Amino acid sequence: MAKVVVLGSGFAGQTAALNLRKSLGKDHEVVVVTPNKKFGYVPSWVWVGVGRMDVSETQFELAPVYKRMGIGYVNGLARAVHPDDNYVMVDLLEGGEEKVEYDYLINATGPKLNYAATEGLGPDHGHTVSICTPNHAAEAGEEYLKMVERMERGEEVKMLIGTGHGMATCQGAAFEYIHNIAFDLEERGLLDRAKITWLSNEQALGDFGVGGMVIGKGGYTVSGKIFAEASFMEKGFGWITGAHVTKVEEGKAHYITIDSAEDQVEEFDFAMLIPAFAGVPIKYINKDGNDITGELCAPNGMLKVDADYTSAAKGFDNWKKEDWPETYQNQTYGNIYAAGISFAPPHPISKPAAAPDGTPIVASPPRTGMAAGIIGHVVALSVADIINGKADKPVHTASMANFGAACVASMGKSMTKGSAAVIAMFPVVPDYERFEYGRDMDATFGDQGLAGHWLKALLHHLFIYKMKGKFGWWLIPD
Amino acid sequence: MKVKYTPYTQLAEAWMQPGPFAKFTRTCVLWQIVKFAAYNLKIIKVVAKGH
Repeated sequence: MAKVVVLGSGFAGQTAALNLRKSLGKDHEVVVVTPNKKFGYVPSWVWVGVGRMDVSETQFELAPVYKRMGIGYVNGLARAVHPDDNYVMVDLLEGGEEKVEYDYLINATGPKLNYAATEGLGPDHGHTVSICTPNHAAEAGEEYLKMVERMERGEEVKMLIGTGHGMATCQGAAFEYIHNIAFDLEERGLLDRAKITWLSNEQALGDFGVGGMVIGKGGYTVSGKIFAEASFMEKGFGWITGAHVTKVEEGKAHYITIDSAEDQVEEFDFAMLIPAFAGVPIKYINKDGNDITGELCAPNGMLKVDADYTSAAKGFDNWKKEDWPETYQNQTYGNIYAAGISFAPPHPISKPAAAPDGTPIVASPPRTGMAAGIIGHVVALSVADIINGKADKPVHTASMANFGAACVASMGKSMTKGSAAVIAMFPVVPDYERFEYGRDMDATFGDQGLAGHWLKALLHHLFIYKMKGKFGWWLIPD
Repeated sequence: MKVKYTPYTQLAEAWMQPGPFAKFTRTCVLWQIVKFAAYNLKIIKVVAKGH
């Protein structure tokens, strides 16, 4: 009998747990360790953040799902992994601690939202709102509606949306948020009372941390930057790119840019800035009691896997698809894997830049729900094959340089007047040796319209259904 | 909200204003049903290529 422990219950963790349970016999044990009591469907939090969806519609209780599926559930926060002795120490939410032993461990904790990397950032100890957790999204929605009240009284309001650190990722979520705000204000007849500005670490609009993209449109091959800028132009947004936010004060965001290390200030009444991500602070302790976290994890705390971590120093022009991990197996402890945001990428996808004072400014690689699900799935299949005696090493692979991703970016929630940008790319990491524009133009496209919103709404229900492990869940692609 | 064209500004450099027909197609239900089907087929292709 083998025991697989999954840390985390997001897209990667939940996908891994469900697939393990499906692939392993009942004599094997699957246990999820998570501090959450509910699954949260992240892509819909953007609607919570503008008050157009109740947060409860994006969540469901995990315990009944795990009970029905025969998956163990430890409601706590993993504190330390002891890889030589194969156990995890967990701080239980109800108090106390539990020693959870494993034969195989899948780290799918997702990110630590590193607000502390930027002074004054974030809703808890700072001056900005966030849509990165369900509670934060609900608070953002309340704060946004206060701005609406001010505009209804005739006031003009300055809004600042984007990223709050030079190494942040998830520009797509901020892109959705700025457009949903504009859509909502336009419907209320208030858009002309808002001065909306985008502030981001992308070198150019439309980069999204994947080095931008080129799409076919109307017989032309066009840079996605043009469409991203046009979408901002249409709503009258201003934009500042290549920016690292150094400090946030009440109503003021200080930043430097790739072009200037001089302190610049953007004032705001309402700001939603995505923080930098780091690895969840789990310690790795060896059999001698020494902390080996620094050996197993990248400096940002994300777990190293089968990527080529020497490639980062070779420079953007020498980066290859082989740099990217395929099995997500830790190379020191073969029974430990990382899935989703928890794995340490070898380097960014976008071209790194820096401010004149040397401060790095580059959009970090995004790992969307689709990528996290795919990785969680292949890791589960590999572990199940090893346990079932079909393989002696991980044989299922999914490199971000070999799989594609589809992203439906909401630009307004309404079944009759709404809109979304439907973006798909193959592969996620551009491969300029194989494809002229880095990606297969036959499977890379972008478009905008009402059908995009229908698709986003469909995916909301489809993936919540899947994550509940309901009948036929495995038929729904990652 | 109508954005005013002002030459030599950030907005002017990104100018690509949709005309009435382009705006109509964005929310035309019949056309969007066709688009919806096309998006699904294209995404299936992307998913299939990665497997």
